[in-house]
Amino acid sequence: MAKFIKSISNPKVSLNILTKEEVQKIHTATLEVIETIGVRFPSHKAMDIFEDHGAFVDRDTCIVRIPCEIVEDYLKKAPPAYTLAGVDPNLDLPLDGNHSFLGTDGCGVEIIDPFSGERRRTTKRDVSDVARVADYLEEIAFHWVPISAQDCPPQSRSLHELEAIWSVSQKHVQTESIVSEPEMHAAVEMAALLAGGKEKLRERPVLSIMQCTLSPLCHDKGSLEAGLIAAEAGLPVGYMTMASCMTTGPVTLAGNLVVGNAEVLSALALMQMAFPVCPVYYAAAQTASDLRTGAYTGGGPEDFLFGAATNVLADFYNLPLSMGAFATGAKEPGWQAGVDNSLSAFMAVSTLSDMLLGAGLLHGSRILSYEQLLMDAEIWSIMHATFKGILVDEPSLALDAIREVGPGGNYLAHRHTRQHMRERWLPTLMDRRPYEAWDEKRDGSREWARIKAQQILREHNPEPLDPQLQTELIRIIATLEGQS
Amino acid sequence: MTQALFQQLENSLVEGEPDVTFDLTQQALSQGIEPLAIINQGLIPGMNIVGDKFSTGEYFLPDLIIAAEGMQRAMELLEPELKSRDQDLSIPGTVVIGTVKGDIHEIGKSLVSTMLAANGFKVHDLGVNVPAEAFIAAVRETNADILGLSALLTTTMVVQGQIIQALSQAGLRDRVKVIVGGAPVTRGWAEEIGADGYAEDAMGAVRLVQSLVSAAKV
Repeated sequence: MAKFIKSISNPKVSLNILTKEEVQKIHTATLEVIETIGVRFPSHKAMDIFEDHGAFVDRDTCIVRIPCEIVEDYLKKAPPAYTLAGVDPNLDLPLDGNHSFLGTDGCGVEIIDPFSGERRRTTKRDVSDVARVADYLEEIAFHWVPISAQDCPPQSRSLHELEAIWSVSQKHVQTESIVSEPEMHAAVEMAALLAGGKEKLRERPVLSIMQCTLSPLCHDKGSLEAGLIAAEAGLPVGYMTMASCMTTGPVTLAGNLVVGNAEVLSALALMQMAFPVCPVYYAAAQTASDLRTGAYTGGGPEDFLFGAATNVLADFYNLPLSMGAFATGAKEPGWQAGVDNSLSAFMAVSTLSDMLLGAGLLHGSRILSYEQLLMDAEIWSIMHATFKGILVDEPSLALDAIREVGPGGNYLAHRHTRQHMRERWLPTLMDRRPYEAWDEKRDGSREWARIKAQQILREHNPEPLDPQLQTELIRIIATLEGQS
Repeated sequence: MTQALFQQLENSLVEGEPDVTFDLTQQALSQGIEPLAIINQGLIPGMNIVGDKFSTGEYFLPDLIIAAEGMQRAMELLEPELKSRDQDLSIPGTVVIGTVKGDIHEIGKSLVSTMLAANGFKVHDLGVNVPAEAFIAAVRETNADILGLSALLTTTMVVQGQIIQALSQAGLRDRVKVIVGGAPVTRGWAEEIGADGYAEDAMGAVRLVQSLVSAAKV
């Protein structure tokens, strides 16, 4: 296991994307939407909570309208900073507004087999294999459930996915696939086992929960009720908007931000009404639908802008952000994937989004590619170096070396070079060979990434989970399966 | 005079003004113009222009959807008139469509419904979170040629297969072609659960349904 996580902190490069006035306008418009148009919460539990806390609830349409000062009051209760725990405390992720962490993408349905190259349906075994590679990579800070364990029963699949990841990795897990109360109860029980009890889990949440909204301006019953159970147990809960310009959101970017903001804030206010001060986070992966087909695009300038702007909103509300970045719409690792994932990562990190999602999947989060996963890790490594910016101090100004080398000559053999050369970035997948060396083999990043992934899969066998714990996890899953 | 009205109807679809299409249709009927003439000389030429502009890349999806809405609003006025004259539009086929139980994702399914309706199909859209029994009852009642099953979640995808099995048990499997779609659905999945077709987007779904229906008629 990687004992070190490559996070981006104290970045020297930053970006101005929205002025204070613009953020205020988006905020005001959002509150107007929540107060006058409302958001659909088709859950009696959710509607009861809203009614008890001063919101206007229409039981027939399930539309909840919340006066703006109530929304603001409850959002203020959310803790601005907390830590996502690893099973191993060395792998903890402080969400303190000063770090960006990268996680895997989810939830794909197909995988390019790393050995045969065949594209096939994903299994539980694949979930744990991908988790092993993610565990190895220091660029990957936390797991999402990257692909679906489609050989497991639908009613307990999300739990099998958790077990598959925990059996090989001690990094934090954020799951996006638990959308029913019974599964969430079981997941809390499983997480408590790993953390050493329910109270310990509250202190050290080894699991965080991501739920999707249903744009525009709706939520899903299962996601709401599962989210409430997680919040009660002290697991960090986030609601993710994926409002898409032109289809599930307004075609204009500002309007799309308003719709998504209303969905996320109304759900987070619900969590704070039910369990004040529970850890919550903002989550988003807005995009623009393709103008010709209406399809999800998973890339392009709109995604890049959303990636940067959403963290400005999350900061305005003092909430950590889990932001969909990477996650290219490209069909294979190549030019499109490189452009999408580099620029989306750059933009999201430029405003210091806390958690970035999206490493390793192609075709709009549908197909897992180990090659892409390794390439995304390299993109992160480039971001890590870029956001350090340019250090300007006495040693880095290098006046002594400049004086000693003087006009002409070179710096190769100077001790200043030797002292500082390891600060420079080194690629693992970029081709910097002589042309003829390339011409002889005609290989490159894809082959190298595949070979590296194969090597990790063969050689990286993390210390297995305590067999007794594993038996307990499996027992919890079996109990749920027995009930349904 | 009549010709000018047809031209205005055509323009209203091309320019994406459903309210204008509705008003002009009403005006045409009140002038005693035959509903079939309104359809064949005003509306269909308009829809064809929109379709052509879409094919050449000049128009985008919203242009198509807005034109389809205009067409639909006009048909609300025209259908009762056709019925009272015992006239029928030739319908290429009947489609029952919905998002399967446990899944409330709507937009992909609705897009397919709209595009099929715009291409002349009789579409019964059952909405979202539709139980298997409701699909089966609708197929039976409407004598549908096509059943469309949408699912966005990996966990509700499996329901598509269950409905196909339920159709067999109800003795209806041979009477209807089943098509499946949704973000996690793949061609491989469609084949595995014994669906008759799969498409990745709404335009693909229209071509698929057209080919399934014409193959069934041979």
